[in-house]
Parts: sequence; structure tokens; C-alpha cells
Amino acid sequence: MSENPTETQGSIKLSTKSVNLYYGNHHALGDITFDIPSCAITAIIGPSGCGKSTLLRLFNRMNDLIPSVTVTGDVFLNDVPIYGKDMDVVSLRQKIGMVFQKPNVFPMSIYENVAIGPKHHGIRSKRELMEIAERCLKQASLWDEVKDMLSKPGLGLALGQQQRLCIARALAVEPEVLLMDESCSALDPQSTMKIEDLMQELAKKYTIIIVTHNMEQAARVSHMSAFMMIDENKIGRLHEYSDTHQMFINPKDKLTEDYITGRFG
Amino acid sequence: MRINPKVSEKIAKVLIWAAALFVLTVLFAIIIYILYKGLPMINWSFLTEIPRNMGRDGGIASAIVGTLLVTTVALVLAVPFGIGTAFYLAEYTREGIVRRIIRFSAESLAGIPSIVYGLFGFIFFVMYLNLGWSVLSGGLTLAVMILPTVIRTSEEAIRAVPDSYREVSFSLGGTKWQTIIKAVFPSAIQGISNGIILGIGRCVAETAAVMLTAGGALRMASSLFSPTRTMAVHFYILAREGISMNNAYGTAALLIILIFIINVVANALVNRFTAKNK
Repeated sequence: MSENPTETQGSIKLSTKSVNLYYGNHHALGDITFDIPSCAITAIIGPSGCGKSTLLRLFNRMNDLIPSVTVTGDVFLNDVPIYGKDMDVVSLRQKIGMVFQKPNVFPMSIYENVAIGPKHHGIRSKRELMEIAERCLKQASLWDEVKDMLSKPGLGLALGQQQRLCIARALAVEPEVLLMDESCSALDPQSTMKIEDLMQELAKKYTIIIVTHNMEQAARVSHMSAFMMIDENKIGRLHEYSDTHQMFINPKDKLTEDYITGRFG
Repeated sequence: MRINPKVSEKIAKVLIWAAALFVLTVLFAIIIYILYKGLPMINWSFLTEIPRNMGRDGGIASAIVGTLLVTTVALVLAVPFGIGTAFYLAEYTREGIVRRIIRFSAESLAGIPSIVYGLFGFIFFVMYLNLGWSVLSGGLTLAVMILPTVIRTSEEAIRAVPDSYREVSFSLGGTKWQTIIKAVFPSAIQGISNGIILGIGRCVAETAAVMLTAGGALRMASSLFSPTRTMAVHFYILAREGISMNNAYGTAALLIILIFIINVVANALVNRFTAKNK
């Protein structure tokens, strides 16, 4: 349980400097510059289509999977540029895990779902994999519910449990950062609450970035909030970035205020 | 004129039922007729003896062995190449000219009559490569023949695997190869195996292409280079030349049973592979 011993709260984990992203000719993200603190939850909020998920996927280079994407500017993880020529994307993605919108559990057993990541990274010993599975399922507060059925199919779990299984799966490769792309939007309120509690717990050790449509969720769980908007040229821009408390009590900007109070979006 | 939706619903139901009933009736009539005529011919000596008097007497042991050998050779070649090509098309190429050419070729090849494959196999494998009428020539020809089927069904199965599986695997730091093997293949195996079973069926049932390439020898094949006769060819010759209709029906019945067994076994294998995941 000591992957990140040097981690100190408040230091900068990830930062972007003048990042622009294009889908072919479409300019999707414009001049994004901000710092994400470690061991905290940063929420990216904003109306649909403003580039929140694109921004999130910038950090683990998932946008690379789309052929037409080009990125300019710099993104740093622990001050190392992740779009540098000698960056190994595989090890980057090991450091930056991701939980998706839908609980996309593999059609395999619960145990195998958690073990697939460590197996990718060469761990073969059954005993070791079992220990990892137990540790991660405990971290994802799912262990007590599934410990007697680890060989049962993951798809047999309830949706909320499946999403926690996905979190356990992401934790199994010992990441430093966890990206969560609207990870509660497919879940009922009770499961959402469980996952929010879990996020708070995980934020003690991991840097968490969430994309959410749910303003209450951003207000409840996040420490920092980044409000994104598209400008008149349909370019996604970071409109306001500040302490969540500050943004929700006293937004600097009229547009931010209108959005978080539900006047549009 | 307005048609009452309740009436049209009833009419549609009746028509659909009638269509299904008609097809099933024809299908079962054929199978039952052949089994009725053929099953009484099948006994231990029919299965274990080599044909005598051009197939008038004796069994069909050498034809059974020939069928299995030729089919095995075809599968050993077509399955790895076919699945490999399918993964190449689905995972390693982007939509473009190369993929269009390969897919167009595969689709064209799938529509060519088998006798043309037979002719190609005869000219290329039997004559040019001098492999003669042999298990190998027959197997190679059948491999070329079923390759498009294997490629197309496998490619479709691979494409049907949700992209989210690939995303998850990549997001966990998987390489492309790990993603294909651990995340995509297990979910595509059902569809891939359907393509293989289809291919096996075509191999076992093929007549024209094998007759021109594996020959029609009645004796037991002793190596890949021996000429042999498959059950379908044996059946064709027995019936065509009026040698023995009884033995022809026996062979046909056995062919049906063999294909049935292959289907059951293949499905059982796939189910065993995927059972723990369902």
C-alpha cells in the first residue's frame, strides 16, 4: 500500500502548457494551461461537447487511438513531458489509469478482470496476482461483496458493483493518477454515492481527475474545478479554474455562475 | 381501403409460420430420407473395410480417412492464415486502398464456383508443383477455397468486439498485441469458430475441387503424397456410375452424421473455452 511514498498533498502532479488539440481540421481544445495538484480531486465541468473528455484523454494519450488527432503544446506528469519523443505510452498508461463512463467489464471472471492489467505488465505468479486482486478489490470497497465469488463472471454483478470492479481493475496496475470519465453517469444514486465515497478515500493516495455533468457531484467531491466552454469558433477553452469551494460560492465569471446554477448547459 | 392491423398481424403470423414450416419440412425430409436409406448400410465392416469392386462391396474406410486427412490439411493451412489476415484487416490497417483490395479479393474469391478452384489446384499444385493427385494437393486447394470464408467471418467477429474492450486494455498499459490476445480474441472466438465450422463443412462436402486434386484412389492413403478419395467423391462416383446406390446412400448418411458430429464437437470446444466467461 505504498506506491507513492514521495507523494505530498498540494504539489503539482500534472500540468498542461498552451495545449491545442485538433481532430483533423477541427480545433477542439484551445490554449489550455493549468496545473493539477496531487492527491486531490479535480473536476472538469462544462456543457456537452466542450471538450471535457478530450481534455481528460490528453493525460493518458488515449486520443492517440484516433488517427486524425494532433496535439501541440506540452503536458507534464511529474514535470516529465508526456508527449515527448522518448515517452513510452505503455508505461505512461500504467501510471495514469482510467475509469470509463460505462462499466466496461470484460466477459471474464471477477478475478481475471482485475488480473488482466498486472498480466499485461508481466506478472505471472498466481499467488501474486491473487494478492493484487484482493488488495485492489478492498481498495475499491468491493472485496466483502465478491470475495466468495471471484471466479464468477464479472458481468453478473450489479452495475454499481461493475463500476467498482473497473476501479479495482484500474488500480491493479498501481497508477499514480486516476482519470474518471463521467464514471457515475450510468449509475443509480446509491451506487453513485458509494463511488463518491470511494473517490474521497482514494484521493488520499491518488491524484484523481473526474469529468462530470453533475454539478452537485463536482461540488461534493472535488477540491479543484475546471470549467470549460466552447467559444464562438467552437474551440473548447478552459474558462475558469479555481478551488471548487470558491467557484461554487463565488464564481469569478458570469458565464461560470450561469452554468453552475443551471441557467444553461 | 384500410386494413385492420389485427387482421394484418394474423396474416403476417400465418405467412411467417408457413415459410418456416415449409423450409423445415423440406430439410427434414431430405435428411430423414437419406438416413432411412443409408443407415441400414452402416455397420462395422462398412466403417472399417476398404472398398472392393470399385465400391460395390466392402466399406468406405479409406474414404473416411481421406476426408479427414484432406480436411485437416486444409484447416491447418487456412485457419492460421485466415485468422491472421482477419486480425490484420481489422486491427492493423486503416480504411484505405490496401484493405479495400484485400476485402474485394476475398469477397470475389468466396463467390467462385468450387470447380474453378479444382481446376486451379489441378494446374498449379498437381501439375506445376508436381505434387500429383494427393492429400496435399487436395488440402491445399481446399485451403485456398475456404480461406475467404474464414477471413470474412473472422474479420466480422473481430470488428463486432466493442471498442471499449480495446480502450480498457490500452488504458491499463497493454500493448497492441496484448490487447488483441487478451481483450479482443476471447470475445471474437465464437464468431471465428463459426467461420471455421463453415469452412470444415465446405471441405467435407466438397466434391469437384477434390476430385481434380486428390484423385479417386480407393486404397488407404499412407502419406500426404498419396492419392485418396473423399467420402463426397466416393458418393458421387458410386451414384454417377451406378455402381451401388445402397453404398452411396450409406456414404451420404455417414457424411451427414460426420458433419453433425463436427458441429457438436466444435461447439462443445468453443463453449468450454468461453464457459467460464459467460
